[in-house]
Amino acid sequence: MILNIRNVAKQFNGFHALSNIGVDVAEGKIHAIIGPNGAGKTTLFNLISGVYDLTEGEIRFKDVVINQLKPHLRAKLGIGRTFQIVRLFGLMSVLENVMIGTHCKTRAGLLKTFLRFSRKELTEEKATRENATRWLEFVGLAHKADQTASNLPHAEQRLVEIARALALDPELILLDEPAAGMNLNETLKLDALISKINQMGKAILLIEHNMELVMEISHVITVLNFGMKIAEGVSSEIQNNPKVIEAYLGRKK
Amino acid sequence: MDYLISVATIAGIYIIMAMSFYLPFMTGQISLGQAGFMAIGAYGSAVCSVKFGIPYVPAILIGGSVAGIVGFFVGIPALRIKGIYLLLLTLGFGEIIRVVFINVEYIGAAAGFPGIPYQDHSLLYSYIMVFILIIFFSRLRKSRMGRAFHAVGSDEDAAEVIGVNITSVKLIAFSTGGFIAGIGGGIFAHYQEYIEPLMFDVMHSVEFIVFTIFGGIQIFWGPMFGAFVLTMIPEFLRVIQEWRMELFGALLIIMMILRPQGVIGLDTIQGLKKVSSRILGRGLS
Amino acid sequence: MIFQQLINGLMLGANYSLVAIGYTLIFGVLGLLHFAHGEVLMAGAFMGFYIILWTDLPLYITLPLTMIATGALGIIIDLLAIRPLRKDFHLAPLLSTIGVTIILQNLAVKLFGGYGTRFPDAIKDYHFKIGSLFISSINILTLGISIFLMIALYFFISKTKIGKAMRAVSESHLTAGLLGVNVDWIVLLTFGIASALAGASGVMIGLAFHAISPFIGLTFALKGLVVMLLGGLGNVLGAMIGGLILGMAEVLAIVVLPTEINLQDIFSFGIMILILIFRPTGLFGTRITQG
Repeated sequence: MILNIRNVAKQFNGFHALSNIGVDVAEGKIHAIIGPNGAGKTTLFNLISGVYDLTEGEIRFKDVVINQLKPHLRAKLGIGRTFQIVRLFGLMSVLENVMIGTHCKTRAGLLKTFLRFSRKELTEEKATRENATRWLEFVGLAHKADQTASNLPHAEQRLVEIARALALDPELILLDEPAAGMNLNETLKLDALISKINQMGKAILLIEHNMELVMEISHVITVLNFGMKIAEGVSSEIQNNPKVIEAYLGRKK
Repeated sequence: MDYLISVATIAGIYIIMAMSFYLPFMTGQISLGQAGFMAIGAYGSAVCSVKFGIPYVPAILIGGSVAGIVGFFVGIPALRIKGIYLLLLTLGFGEIIRVVFINVEYIGAAAGFPGIPYQDHSLLYSYIMVFILIIFFSRLRKSRMGRAFHAVGSDEDAAEVIGVNITSVKLIAFSTGGFIAGIGGGIFAHYQEYIEPLMFDVMHSVEFIVFTIFGGIQIFWGPMFGAFVLTMIPEFLRVIQEWRMELFGALLIIMMILRPQGVIGLDTIQGLKKVSSRILGRGLS
Repeated sequence: MIFQQLINGLMLGANYSLVAIGYTLIFGVLGLLHFAHGEVLMAGAFMGFYIILWTDLPLYITLPLTMIATGALGIIIDLLAIRPLRKDFHLAPLLSTIGVTIILQNLAVKLFGGYGTRFPDAIKDYHFKIGSLFISSINILTLGISIFLMIALYFFISKTKIGKAMRAVSESHLTAGLLGVNVDWIVLLTFGIASALAGASGVMIGLAFHAISPFIGLTFALKGLVVMLLGGLGNVLGAMIGGLILGMAEVLAIVVLPTEINLQDIFSFGIMILILIFRPTGLFGTRITQG
C-alpha cells in the first residue's frame, strides 16, 4: 500500500466533515472516491495534501507518517495533486506553470540565479524546461507552451494542471474532478490520459462525478456520504450496493 | 547641469526603493515599512563611514546587510499574516524604527546625523545599483525562484501544495527587499551628507508604493519606469513641481479606476515587441 | 497625580476610539482600510477652526456643522475614489484612498501652512480642584461628548433599521442585497457617519491640545489603526473599549517609563505588533457589533 489513511477525522468548529475514515491506496492502482456533494471528498484530499490539519487519525505515505508535514514536503515525498477549481498561476506561461512543478526537486537559489557561479544552475534550468516540455507533450499541449495560462480554454487548463502535478514525478497523484466542465470528447481523451498515467506505475486517487468514467477506469472505489465511508469495492460491487444507491437516489419509500 | 545630476541621482535612489518594495510584493507581501529599511541602511552605512572610517562601498554593503537581516526578522511574523494585517505590521515596524532613531543620541537623535562623507559619484553608484537590479530581475523572471515568487504571489496555497516552500520563498523575498532598501538608504545618506529620522517616515514608504503601482506591477520594468518618470517629470515642469504631490494622489486614484495594472503591463511589452519587430522587419526588406 | 493622568488618558483614548470606530465601520462594510480617514479628521479640525474664527458660533453649533461637513467629505471620497473602482484588483481601494491622503495632506499644507496653528478657545477652560487634583473642564467636556457620540452610535447600529442594514451589509453584500438592502446607499451612509465622527474628533483634539497642523491626521490615523486592531477588525464595541485602553496605557507609560525618552509611540506600535503576532483577531474578536 502506498497510502494508508487510518481512522481519520476532521471537524470544523464542531462540524464533523469526516469521521473515522480508513482508506488504503495500493501501488499503481486507480482508486476513485465518490459520493454526493458535501460528502467530504475534497476535504479528504486537503487532509492528504496538507491544506488542513486533521483532527484525529493518521496518514501514512510510503510508510512515513505525513500528517504533521507541511504541504510542500508532502509534495517532495511524491504526492502530486490537481484542484477542483483550476488553480493555475494566471500570468505565467503554460510552460512556466509546469516548470513550477519541479520546484521542490531542484535547488537553484536567489543568489546563484543572479550570479550564475557555475554552469550547474543553467543545466538545471535546462533540465527543468525539458522535463516540463515532455509533460506538456504527454498531455498534448506542447504547441501551447508559450501562451499565458489564463488564456487557455477550461479543459486545457485542467490538462496543464495535470502536467504540473506530473512534472514532480509523483508516485501518487490526486485528481480532484478532472472531468468537470469537459465535454464528451474531452472526457474520453482524459480517460485515456489517466490510464496512460496509471500504466507508468503511478497510483491515482480520483474524485469524479462522471460515473461512466469512474466505473470504467477505477480499480477500487470508495464511497463517502456525510463524512463517512459507506462502501468500498470494485465497480460492480458498488453499482449494486443498496447503501450507495440510497445515498445517491435518496431513501426509497 | 548640477541640478540635472541631482534630480537624476534621486531618481536612481527612488528606483532602487521602488524595486525594494516590488520584490516582496511579487510574493503577495505588501510592505508599508520600506522607508524603515531605507533608514536602517542610511544610518548603518553612515555609522560605518563616520564612526569607523569604513570606505564607501563596504559601508553601503554593511548598511544593506543590516537592513536585510532586520528584514529577515520582520519577515518571520509577516509569514503568518496577510493583507491589511501585514500592512499594519510593516507600518508599525517602520514607525518604530523611526522613533528608535529619534531617541538614540549616538546617531544624533531628532537633530539628525550630520557630517556623512559626500560621495561625488553618487549618480554613478546609484545607476550601477539600478543596472544590477535590472540584471537581477530579468534573470529572476526566467529562474526557479522567480517562478516560485510569481506562484506564491498569485495563489500561495496552491503553490505550497504543489511543492513550493512558501515560508522560505516569502522570507527570502522580504529580507532581500530589506537589503535592497538598505542599499538605497546608504547611497542616499552619502549623497545628502545629512540624515534625520523625518526623512524616513511612513509617507515615504507610501511614495515608493505609488511609484510601483503607477509604473505597473506585472513586470519589473513597471516600478522602474514609475519611479523614474514620477521623480523626473515634476522637476522639469514648474507648474507640476508645485502641485507634485496632489498630482501623484490624483494620478493614483485615476490609475486605480482606469488601469489598475499600471502604465507598463504585460500587454505593453508585447505591443513594444510587435512594433519593434515590424520596424526591424521593414528595415530588412 | 496618576488619577489626573488617567483622566487625560481617558480623554485621549476617547478620541482614539472615535477615529478607530470610523476605521472599523468602513472596514466592516467594505473590507477596506480607509487610509485617508486620518486626513478627514485633520480636515474636520481645520473646518472647526475656521467656523469658530469666522463666525464665532458656539461649540454646540460648530461641532454639528463640522460633522456635517466632514460627513459630506467622506461621502465625496466614497463617490469619487472608491465606487468607480473595478472589483478585480483587491488592492485598488487601499491605493485609491492613499491617493486621497496625499491630496488632502498636501492641500492642507498649502492652505494652512506646514506648521502648527493655534486653535481658538471656543469655550473657556476652567480648572476644577478636587482634593489635590486639577481637572480641566475641556477634558471633561470632550470626554463627555465622545462618550455621548459613541453611545448614540452604538444604539443606532444595534437598534435602528438602518443600523441593522449596516450589520447585514458587513456580513455579506450579496445576502444584504437579496434581502432588499440598498448596499450602495448603506456604504455611502457608513462613510458619512465614520467621517462625521472623525470630524468631531478633529474639533475636540483642537480644543484639548489648543493647536492643530496638517499632520495631526497621520498621528491620529496611526493610533486609530492600533485601536481598531486592538478591538478586532470590524468590531465597533471593541474599538470603543480599545481606544480607552490605549489612551490610558499611553499616559501611564509616560508616568512609569523614563521621561527623557519619547517612548509613547514605540509603546503603541509595539502593542500593535504584539497583537498582530499573537492575536490578530484583537481582544474582542472581529464582528461589527455583538448587539
